[in-house]
Amino acid sequence: MTRTAGVIAGGLLLAALLYPIYRMIAASMAPDPSVFAVPLLPTAFSFEHYRALFDERDFLVPIRNSLIVAAATTALAIPVAGACAYALARLRMRGRGLILSMILAVSMFPQISIVGPLYLLLRELHLLNTYPGLVLPYLTFSTPLAVWLLTAFFRQLPRDLEEAAMIDGASRLRAAWDVVLPLAAPGIASAAILTFLYCWNEFLFALSFTLGPERYTVPVSIMLFRSRYQIPWGEVLAATVVASIPVVILVLTCQRRIVAGLSAGASKG
Amino acid sequence: MQSVGIQLEGVSKTYPNGHVAVRPIDLTAAPGEFLVLVGPSGCGKSTLLRLIAGLETPSSGRIVIGGVDVTTAPAQERDLAMVFQSYALYPHMTVRDNLAYGLKVRGVSHSVTRERVARVADALGITTMLDRRPAQLSGGERQRVALGRAMVREPKAFLFDEPLSNLDPSLRAHARAELRHLHQRLGATMIHVTHDQEEAMTLSGRIAVMREGRVEQVAAPLEIYNTPVNTFVAQFMGAPSMNLLPARLLGLNAPEGSLVGIRPHDVLLESSGAIEAAVEMVEPRGHDYLVHLRLVAPNAPSLVASAPAAPIERRVFLQFPRERLHLFAPDGRRVIEDHLRRNALQ
Repeated sequence: MTRTAGVIAGGLLLAALLYPIYRMIAASMAPDPSVFAVPLLPTAFSFEHYRALFDERDFLVPIRNSLIVAAATTALAIPVAGACAYALARLRMRGRGLILSMILAVSMFPQISIVGPLYLLLRELHLLNTYPGLVLPYLTFSTPLAVWLLTAFFRQLPRDLEEAAMIDGASRLRAAWDVVLPLAAPGIASAAILTFLYCWNEFLFALSFTLGPERYTVPVSIMLFRSRYQIPWGEVLAATVVASIPVVILVLTCQRRIVAGLSAGASKG
Repeated sequence: MQSVGIQLEGVSKTYPNGHVAVRPIDLTAAPGEFLVLVGPSGCGKSTLLRLIAGLETPSSGRIVIGGVDVTTAPAQERDLAMVFQSYALYPHMTVRDNLAYGLKVRGVSHSVTRERVARVADALGITTMLDRRPAQLSGGERQRVALGRAMVREPKAFLFDEPLSNLDPSLRAHARAELRHLHQRLGATMIHVTHDQEEAMTLSGRIAVMREGRVEQVAAPLEIYNTPVNTFVAQFMGAPSMNLLPARLLGLNAPEGSLVGIRPHDVLLESSGAIEAAVEMVEPRGHDYLVHLRLVAPNAPSLVASAPAAPIERRVFLQFPRERLHLFAPDGRRVIEDHLRRNALQ
């Protein structure tokens, strides 16, 4: 009885979550005049919006830009944040709490308040409309967040394991590499996903620091689909579907790793 | 395997937050000795072990292992092995890799590693588990693997941080015997930390009883049991605890505030005598009975006796054989001066 109720409740929730996505996909494949009048079960399909997206708007360029910027930020942020978080979690030092709260404070700054100064700074450095011009500002937001996440994660790992490795003859660095890193893989994967998604979704900096279509990222590019007289909703929806694909792939592949990592670390030894 | 001595000279540890974990301690473990550090939780015994291991740096004093001053040397340079209470097996490695890790880090060749792992696994009966992960082992098996990981390196000395406390009682007695056997076979210096006084008594060559960061007494088990230096050691070692009664109550000629200690099995229950007591509770223990008594006297102090038979009456009379009494001064220290003892106990 309760089981049936649970299944029904779960099904309703799932439907509520999936319905907008279904509508988005269905509408992106509807012939143009009927984008907002797609029946629940569509009868006519058209890939016209997708064709226009890649043929006329060259949507591969913003995808490439987003991938480069997000991947570079993640690749730079995670090792730095990992080392920093390990030190904050393990080494005894004064003012650790203060450092952590400062780090959190930095990542809490409203973006809009620093767009102006950053713009001027990037112009001085001749980094406007370049990849580093996006990666650097992204690092200032994503690294503190990753440090915060990973510190919490490292703290959960039993200290005994590293100490056992050090008594076994490993230096602290070697112990961290051989013992802590494999056990921290799920936490590192989560931090990496969050960093990547942050960069993939970021809009304000990307809009402010890129100057032309050759450097636009996906969100900026989609926003600029609109012209003075119309918004091409069909193409916007097709673009959002395409933009979701890398995210879905990333989460699904990493999810498997996270689960594997969790079960490997399940024994407290 | 050459065994080495471990000397602590005035070693202390105060944490930055002001907590004093270990007060200056002088303690020596002779080469090949089995030394047990025992005391209630928070007495500093584990901290002392971590100081020896190199996982903590002392606030003062010197640590000498095998004649070499290692006070500031990091753990990996001390060539000691440690078995943790949690066993601290690497969860992502197989038993084989757990055993081999210390050798791999030290650059021992593959063939030597393989041979030593096989030998230790055989000695501990864990050969069939070599390809499993720690999560797939029972508590007793994990304990063996942790022991094996310590043995395989053939270290200068072994440190044990309550490695038996997570085992169930029957397994614990067995593991205790194995540990003794291992010590006899290897002849290595071993320092073992426990809060279990029974474990300390059965395991060790010598016991160091600790309280509040201090070593109260270092001696062979029977010496500690028979001549505890103060009331703390007297009550901590031995179960059930030694009874402590005001000396005056027994009519002894001792200064005000002196205490007399007597072990439960030394208290004799008689049907007549001078000291009367009420029976409050009787606990059968199989081979004898634990009798909880309350003296019919001012303040009615209570005590425990172990007797071969349960008393029939609610009232009994107690005999304290004079030669079995321990006399403690008002400050808790054992009275060792002969004339004082004679005077009091005659």
